[in-house]
Amino acid sequence: MIPPRFEYHVPRSVGEAVDLLGQLGSEAKLLAGGHSLLPMMKLRFAQPTHLIDLNRIPELRGIREEGGTVVIGAMTSENELIRSPIVHARLPLLAEAAQLIADPQVRNRGTIGGDIAHGDPGNDHPALSIAIEASFVLEGPNGRRTVAADGFFLGTYMTLLEENEVMCEIHAPAFAQGTGWAYEKLKRKTGDWATAGCAVVMRKGGNSVSHVRIALTNVAPTALRVEAAEAALLGQPLNPATLQAAADAAIAICDPAEDLRGDIEYKTAMAGEMVKRALTKAWSRCV
Amino acid sequence: MAKKLITVHVNGKAEEKAVEPRTLLIHFLREELNLTGAHIGCETSHCGACTVDIDGQSVKSCTHLAVQCDGSEVLTVEGLANKGVLHAVQEGFYKEHGLQCGFCTPGMLMRAYRFLHDNPNPSEEEIRSGLSGNLCRCTGYQNIVKAVQYAAKKLQEPATA
Repeated sequence: MIPPRFEYHVPRSVGEAVDLLGQLGSEAKLLAGGHSLLPMMKLRFAQPTHLIDLNRIPELRGIREEGGTVVIGAMTSENELIRSPIVHARLPLLAEAAQLIADPQVRNRGTIGGDIAHGDPGNDHPALSIAIEASFVLEGPNGRRTVAADGFFLGTYMTLLEENEVMCEIHAPAFAQGTGWAYEKLKRKTGDWATAGCAVVMRKGGNSVSHVRIALTNVAPTALRVEAAEAALLGQPLNPATLQAAADAAIAICDPAEDLRGDIEYKTAMAGEMVKRALTKAWSRCV
Repeated sequence: MAKKLITVHVNGKAEEKAVEPRTLLIHFLREELNLTGAHIGCETSHCGACTVDIDGQSVKSCTHLAVQCDGSEVLTVEGLANKGVLHAVQEGFYKEHGLQCGFCTPGMLMRAYRFLHDNPNPSEEEIRSGLSGNLCRCTGYQNIVKAVQYAAKKLQEPATA
């Protein structure tokens, strides 16, 4: 319960936050919603000696559209995602899936950027961001760079984010008219992390799949994109045979950790089941 | 580890205090201000017994630093009643037997207060998911649902006199 002592900093701009990261080095951690970092500090899993609070940096907030791209400030809270008319209209998957994350109080503080930057395989946004083909804008001392969600997640709690960088924005293409989507999350109770989860974004051409992205939650050291399952579906109708082929492809790349949510066999089987349910729901939502 | 001087508006009163950065808001409220209605039921941010209202949002004060509240408006259960008249959520929990040991009640009330502000006419399902961040050992939740329904109805009555 009692976190270790630390110094507290409140920069008012991203530039100031990046400068502080440079000065303080690896002893410093960025404080966003604080609903992963403070719990770890309260259990002394993490003991940074400096916290740099990003909550008073206006440029990290807000949701807007730029051409066909939805731009989401990294410090956007989960409840702001749920309430956003832009997210509802352009990225309905995110608005719906965010309701499956944690609980109302946690969603008032936890941010989409923090959920992604944490790099926890149990978090939902990593797979979601892969499914919606998001990219992340990172600012460091040498300026900004943009990296794709697909490839961002390197390992458990490890991402492409450098120690001197701040994630500023999440960019994602607005769903084309008629896009189907789903996030199926198996969990023990409301507010728990997934036993297994699957995010799908799909479009139909005629009666076959013309576009599909499939990503898995909490069945490997990182969120996973299942390209073999996508390949099994492209140009095909969704039927029991193609559904099974997609599920089998997902099952083949699962590498879950055994814990109180279940053993390897159970989580792997549930990943396949979530793939089938998510694909079926996404297909039914395609126009 | 220098202390920081903060001003927090708690239940309408400005409180200027020097706090250590690592001080959790729940400890600040309970130990500095003696507002001991908010409780602590876990150390993993699950139970919601510490829920208070910060700048119009329900927040678990065990997972928020006091130093982050500089300039904020904080409402705790002690600030719910108006001149001794119970707020509708307090009356609802009382009338519908929505508490037994009373340990979760301050957090439940603060959450119900904000939930009904955001969703004045909720379904039972919306009440259950709206209060899903608050655990209760005693009631089995059934009477808490009724208490929130009671309060929702009361809040929609036209003000008398």
